[in-house]
Order: sequence, then structure tokens, then C-alpha cells
Amino acid sequence: MAHDVKISRRTLMSGAAYGASAALVGGFPGMSAFAADSMVVGALYVGPKDDYGWNQAHSEGVRALKSMRGVTVNEEERVPETLEVQKSMESMIALDKASIIFATSYGYWDFMLKVAPKYPKSILLHAGPEVWNNTMPKNVGSYNGYIDEAQYVAGIVAGATSKTGKLGFVAAKPYPVAIRNINAFTLGARSVNPKATTQVIFTGDWVLPVKEAESVNTLADQGIDVVTCHVDSPKVVIETAEKRGIFSSGYHMNQAPLAPKGYLTGAEWNWSKVYADYVDWMRGNKEWPHTRRGALKEGLVRNSPYGPAVSEATRKQADAASDALKKGSKRIYSGPLKTNDGKVVIESGKSHEISDPWLESMNWLAEGVIGSTKG
Amino acid sequence: MNDRTGSLRKAPAAIGETTANGEVARADTATSPANDSRALGFPGENFIIPLGAVVAALLCFGAGMLALGLNPLDVYVTIYKGAFGSWFSWQNTLQHAAPLILTGLCTALPAQLGLMIIGGEGALVVGAVVTVLTAVALQRLPPEIVLPAMVLASIIGGGIWIAFAGVLQHIRGVNETISSLLLNYIAIALMNHLVTGTIRDPTVVNRPSSWSIGDQNFLGNIPGMEVHWGLGFGIIACILCYILMNRTSFGFASRIVGGNLRAARVVGLPVGKLVITSCFLGGGAAGLAGMVEIAAGEGRVSSSIVVGYGYTGILIAFIARQNPLAVIPAALLLGGIRASGGLLQRRHGLPDASVLVLEGMMFILILVSETLYGRYRSRRRQ
Repeated sequence: MAHDVKISRRTLMSGAAYGASAALVGGFPGMSAFAADSMVVGALYVGPKDDYGWNQAHSEGVRALKSMRGVTVNEEERVPETLEVQKSMESMIALDKASIIFATSYGYWDFMLKVAPKYPKSILLHAGPEVWNNTMPKNVGSYNGYIDEAQYVAGIVAGATSKTGKLGFVAAKPYPVAIRNINAFTLGARSVNPKATTQVIFTGDWVLPVKEAESVNTLADQGIDVVTCHVDSPKVVIETAEKRGIFSSGYHMNQAPLAPKGYLTGAEWNWSKVYADYVDWMRGNKEWPHTRRGALKEGLVRNSPYGPAVSEATRKQADAASDALKKGSKRIYSGPLKTNDGKVVIESGKSHEISDPWLESMNWLAEGVIGSTKG
Repeated sequence: MNDRTGSLRKAPAAIGETTANGEVARADTATSPANDSRALGFPGENFIIPLGAVVAALLCFGAGMLALGLNPLDVYVTIYKGAFGSWFSWQNTLQHAAPLILTGLCTALPAQLGLMIIGGEGALVVGAVVTVLTAVALQRLPPEIVLPAMVLASIIGGGIWIAFAGVLQHIRGVNETISSLLLNYIAIALMNHLVTGTIRDPTVVNRPSSWSIGDQNFLGNIPGMEVHWGLGFGIIACILCYILMNRTSFGFASRIVGGNLRAARVVGLPVGKLVITSCFLGGGAAGLAGMVEIAAGEGRVSSSIVVGYGYTGILIAFIARQNPLAVIPAALLLGGIRASGGLLQRRHGLPDASVLVLEGMMFILILVSETLYGRYRSRRRQ
């Protein structure tokens, strides 16, 4: 709680700095200089900011900005994807004088486009796959990472560590980003253990803790000994796996504290870098990219530190693959690549780089994946 | 109708009677012994007691803030700033208040007859679904026809939903509080079923949503402010309900039913008709709130329509002492608290549920305060 007090005082102080009361600012001579390059950042999350998942990954990235001089951070959690989010964004700009808004949920995009034209002095940025074009407001942008690269590396660790060669994947919905993760994870595993398979279960929604726990139990009963996931809060999946005594691979952020024995590695976002870049660009009045993308090389995504169960040889293999992906000497989606119903999707000799737009509409599961996108 | 139901009806009568202005109060006192309690209260108690309960709730909330290590005064200032501190905040508050006024009526209106309806959430959801169905069915017609049709359809949809609770109460003696509460769950389940199947628009990938009402059929803003016409609907509905209850023979008869059911039967009032009609009108108001939320919001029904406006409406009706006109300021208060929720999070790092905690405290203290009516004066007399 002491932590909260600190936040409240800090926000209060900076609130004074931007002129709530001239007398007060006069009372603290140091603060006027502080106000000169002060910057307010607003962030909105669709779920709780301590969910061990998507929202917490963003919140940690945003909170890291507090170490930058003059930056004030205002966060709002559980903002529904309705008119409510529009009001919250406007309130952050109108009342907090926020100059950067980070809207971190997929469904915020349309509302962001409506708010942006009213506040041309602020920039509004969306975490998601949407791509900016010049028919959209100039103060709008999007940022996203190709996290399937980190999933590929995690797949290598999973495939090499698994004793049964049977891996499990609990996913929310069969939409392209999740499918890319499932395929990359499987391709990574099969690059070190060609017999490895990944059983997929789609739960149907982003947050379904009971179904997620059931899915992990089902997978464990089938002899699967490594599970990973693509749900908003991987907490339940990781904890259930630990309870069942099987290995787990995290998603969104480092979940090692939840599974000290079985946690192998995980695919994580590195939002703090992304957010710090935007603050720097805005301060320096620099051009900023409307559509920001990146993977391991750009530092937008990364892998969790290896857990105790990962052998030295496996670590070397995974590190080598990670380096090759960073250098560009290796591509995940390279031919010959077949789908799990036998169709050739990438012919021998051909390959797609990670930023290829073709990958963003992926609707097939690679060979080695057990399951179907039909749910 | 047996005696038990009769006495159940009597209990909330103390709430129903309070809307009275002088004239009706005299008439009421003549017909209903329950209203004698009014004579015992101190002047203005209908205003002072709810206000006291709200202030007490704010103090309790402040004590909680103190326990978290926050300065309660700072928190109050933030609530004020977020709700009423600037024109921007006012507009935000009014926007939130619009559906709350209407869901408040859903409880306040049947309460005049001594009925405790808490089905505003369900009626709102039904109103929202019916709005979309109407707009889709009439998609070829111009908005001048579609908009009134959506208003009418949502009122009828929500009205029938709550009238159902009235019918069950009147014919079978089913407790209307329980049945209207359970109807909420049925409405939400029905809506979820429809938007994940029959009326789902597959082009919306984010979450299962219905078809859109069409861009041309959206409800505009009131000129000069960024608040949609839902606010106007709400205020008009409150005035109409006030006139209906206080200036018409329907209202007079209804209030007799609320005051003393047996007396109403003895004088031959059509109790069933009155009960079902008032339930219909209350449900209609909540249904209209659903229409407003759709036509001024996303234009589609989805699970995001369920945000507790119906339940907050119950609290509003209680703060307003079931007076249709007092519903407006009560809704502004609660709308303001909801509007300040974001600022509370940002300024003080409080969780999003803190405004719900405040609402809950108000609810409990308002219920506690119900026991205070008529006490003060009577004791002095002794």
C-alpha cells in the first residue's frame, strides 16, 4: 500500500506542476523547470493490470516510464471496449493533459479513430495488428510485435526438453496471431525433435480460467509434458501445469514465479522499450512511425530466462536459433511446409520473412499440430 | 390474493407514498392508514434522510481510503473533479446519467404500487436486442421512421418483459422482486444466445456482436453539447411519469393500491390492470435505456451492454424515494460517481471497483435510513 501512496503524491505533485494552482508552483521553485519538459502518458487496459498476462505486460512497460525525468503515468484498468473507452481517452487528454495515449486492447481501435481528430496535439497509439494508412488521422498509430519468433525459440526449448515429444497449446481463439504462435511453437519444437506434435485446444474466449484449467488437465492426462498458451492471463495454465508436475512455457510476460520447477522459458513482450521510444520521439519533436513492428532483432519481443529444467545443450541450441533469427539468416516460415491436412503452403526453396503481410492472415495449422482452426 | 402477499405489498408502501405533493398527500391520508406515518415525520425528511445516507456513505468510503493510506479529502476532490469539476466532466456525467434515469424509473414507478421491481438490467437488455431487430427489419426505410420505431419497439419490449413479473405477481402471487431479478438472468442469457448465433455479425471478430443498426440510424447529440438525446428521453420520461402518478386518476388509483391494497379492492379499483400497466411502463423506461445505449453507442448488441445500469437504477430509485422527478438528480449523482471512476484510478491508483464499493455503501446506508422515517417527530411528541 505504501507503494500506492507514493504514486498518489507523485501524480498530485505533477498535477500541481501543470498549473492547477499558480501559487503552488511558485512555492516550489524547482518545479517550473520540471514542468517545461514534463509529459503525461495515459494507458488503458481491458483487464486487471495484475493479471500475469497481456495487461500486466503493458502495465509494466508503462510503469517503467516513471524512471524517465518528468514523465507522469496515468493508468486505467478494466476499461470496456465500449463508449466508456472513448470517454476515458478523452478524459485523460482533457483532464490529465496526456500527450500520449496507449490503448492496449484490440477493440479500442475504432474508438481511438473517433477520438483522435478532436485532439490533434496528442498522439494515440494502439497495441495491435491494425495498420495505419493516410486516410486515418495523423495523430494515430499502432505498434505490435511479431511474438511468433519468441514462440519459435520457446518451441525449441519445449521440443528438446519434452520426454514424450507431445506438447500442448491452450489458445483462446483461432485468429491469425494465435495461429502464428501455434505454428511457430510447433516448427521450433520439430526443428530439434522431428517427431514432436502439438495438441491444440481452443477455449473460445480471452479469459476463461475454468476452461483453461480443464484444458491443461486434459492435455496432461494425454501424456503431454509441456504446455504453453495464448490467452490473456496465462496464470491458470502455468499454475495448473506446475500442479500436474509437467513443464510449462509462458506467454506475454515472465511467469517463472508461478512455476519455479516446471517453467522452461516463455515468449514475452518488451513494451518498456516501445513506450520509452515514443516518449523520446515526442519530446524531440521527431517523426514517429505510424505503424511500428518488430521482433527479436528490434527488441520488441524476447524470451524469459531459462528455467532450471532446461539443459545446457538445449540452451545453446535455443540461443543459436535466436541469434540466427535476429541476424536474419533464419526464417521461421520456410519451405517445404505442409499443413496438418497435407496441403503444401510454402514450397521448397521459398520462405517468408516475419513481417510478410501474407502471414497476418494465417488460417492453417502446420504439420505436427493436432487440432483444427474450426475449434 | 392472500394476506401474506397483501402484507408484502404493504411493506414498501412507505416508499411509494413519499412522492406526494400537498394535494395528493391529503387525499392519500384519507384513504390509506399506512400514510399516517407521514404526519409523524419532520418537515423535509424525504430530502434530508437520503442526503444524510449519501453523506454517511461518502464518510465510510473516506474511512476506507484512510485505511489504504490515502487522504480522503483528496479522493473527494477527485470525485468532484471527475464528475462536476468542468464542462467536460459534466458532459461525461450527463452521458452516464442518461440510461440511469431510465433504469431508475423502472424501479421507482412500480414502487408507487408497493411493488419492488429489480429487473431493470433485464429490461434494458431486452430493449437493446429489440432495438437492433427493429432497425434490421426496417433497414430499407429512412431514419425518420426507423428511429421512432426503435424507440417504440424498445419500450414495448422492455415493458412486456417487466409486465411479465407483474402478471405473475397478480395472478399467481409470485414475489415480483424474485421474479424480476431472475428475469434479468434470462434476458442476459437470451441476448448471449442470440449474439453468438442467430443475429451474430461474423464480420465483427473482436467479440460476438449482433448486426449493426446502420450508420444512418444513430442517435445524435443534443445541440451544443457532447451528450446524446438519451438524456432528453430520460428527462421527458421522468416528467411524464410524475404527471401520470400525481395528476391523473390512474396515478391516484395506483397510489391507493400502494397505500392499502385491501382498501383499493374494497373500493373496486382494477388492481390487476394497474399493477401490470405500471410494470409495463417501468419496464418500458428501462427498455428505452437499452435503445439509447445501442443507438448512441456501438449500434450493436453484445455482452458489453451488461454493465450494471439496471442495478444502479435500483439504488437511484431508493435515493430518490421513488419520486420520478427526484430520479433525475439521483441519477446525476450516481452518473457522476461512475464518470469519476477513471480519474480515481489515475490519480490515486485505486482499483476500478472502488466506485462500485461506494455505490454498495450508499445502498446499504439508504436501506438503513429507511428505518428512520417518522421517528424523529414522533419521539418529540412523546
